[in-house]
Amino acid sequence: MPEDLLGKLIVVEGLDGSGKSTQIRLLQRWLELENYRVYFTEWNSSPIVRKVTKRGKKAQLLTPTTFSLIHATDFADRFERHILPMLRAGYIVLADRYIYTAFARDVVRGVDRSWARNLYRYASKPDIALFFNVPLEVALSRILEGRPQLKYYEAGMDMGFATGVDESFRIFQGRVYEEYLRMVNEFGFVSVDGTRSPEVQQREIREVVKERIDLPRYKYEWKFP
Amino acid sequence: MKKTKRFYGKGLPHVDAARLKGRLIVLEGADGSGRSTQIALLSDWLERHGYASTQVGLKRSELVAPELASAQEGNTLSPLTMSLFYATDFTDQLEHTIIPALRADFIVLADRYFYTLIARAMVRGLSKEWAVELYGIAIVPDAVFYLQVPPHVLAERTFRKNNTLDYWESGMDISRAGDMYQNFIRYQGRIRRAFKELQTDFGFDLINGNRSPSTIHAELVSRLQTVLELHPD
Repeated sequence: MPEDLLGKLIVVEGLDGSGKSTQIRLLQRWLELENYRVYFTEWNSSPIVRKVTKRGKKAQLLTPTTFSLIHATDFADRFERHILPMLRAGYIVLADRYIYTAFARDVVRGVDRSWARNLYRYASKPDIALFFNVPLEVALSRILEGRPQLKYYEAGMDMGFATGVDESFRIFQGRVYEEYLRMVNEFGFVSVDGTRSPEVQQREIREVVKERIDLPRYKYEWKFP
Repeated sequence: MKKTKRFYGKGLPHVDAARLKGRLIVLEGADGSGRSTQIALLSDWLERHGYASTQVGLKRSELVAPELASAQEGNTLSPLTMSLFYATDFTDQLEHTIIPALRADFIVLADRYFYTLIARAMVRGLSKEWAVELYGIAIVPDAVFYLQVPPHVLAERTFRKNNTLDYWESGMDISRAGDMYQNFIRYQGRIRRAFKELQTDFGFDLINGNRSPSTIHAELVSRLQTVLELHPD
């Protein structure tokens, strides 16, 4: 991986319901309002591959390996089209989920750990990887109370863990959580206690960012009117 | 005795290769090398002798074939993304066609396998070793024949068939220096060299493709009978 990138990469990871999206949005707003060069990207957003993913999911054609590969394809496109150019141009890139999401989900589906890591070998290592750690039950209740209509793959129904969607989701998320915990040391995640109030977490995160990133370098020369 | 099936590397989750029966026969070679003709002849030969067979080839998966074709047409995806897209197509067929057919003791005729995909990736600057690990999910075939035809003969055959050279088979996505014929010759030479490198990793059976279809067919049949111990009446 080219290490002469001017930009910085900050990613957030964690279970659905861990609060990571809220936090990265707040981080984005702060950086934008302070007039920094910032770019936000999220998992699963590349238009070319979206169609396939959608059809594959709808027809339940996906196996653990094709599920893994189609997401790797999607990510490669997004990485080369947006993330890498932005990093080259000197942006602070904020990613809501990164390659670790793929590692966690793929491994839970039975894909070999090192095979999955090889798929993403080209991807830049984040400057800061924030892991939103909340107890499984907390994450589950945040999701299950607010959004009872879980989708087939989202609930890990393809794995046959359980016949009920909610039950399957619980088991699947439990395994994903274990996989995240394994990765904390492997990839040097910064753990954030996601059970606290949003503003307390955000304050902590901004401190980490200020400490690790020389922010003045990323400021625009002037403000857009 | 049939060889026990195995994966090249890590394999696929939930699949025990050793329990697969059947036979997997791969034909590799450039467009115009006579691959499809030979596959058709082999398929007839197998059926004539009562062997159940099925065919697979690149860009034929139910999952991604349409999108892959349109992505190719627009040439908007990078070599890395294209490689992964092709890997998805390959794996879909591996899991939904090749493996079930082998389980049912069929003979699978593959019109190209992942070797072509690695050769194309190498020519476009991607790491061979990365791609080899990726295709550790693939079943080791019982036989792989590589039909070798010199680039200028490939060009001549393509002209006879289509009157024009193919954009991708001319490597026009990586270099446009010179005219299309020059690009075609240069690109096919590069692919050939990539295959030569892969030869040491995968050990293809080289077949001189610069002969008549019936001569090549006879050679393939005789080699298959030895390798696969097919003993038709």
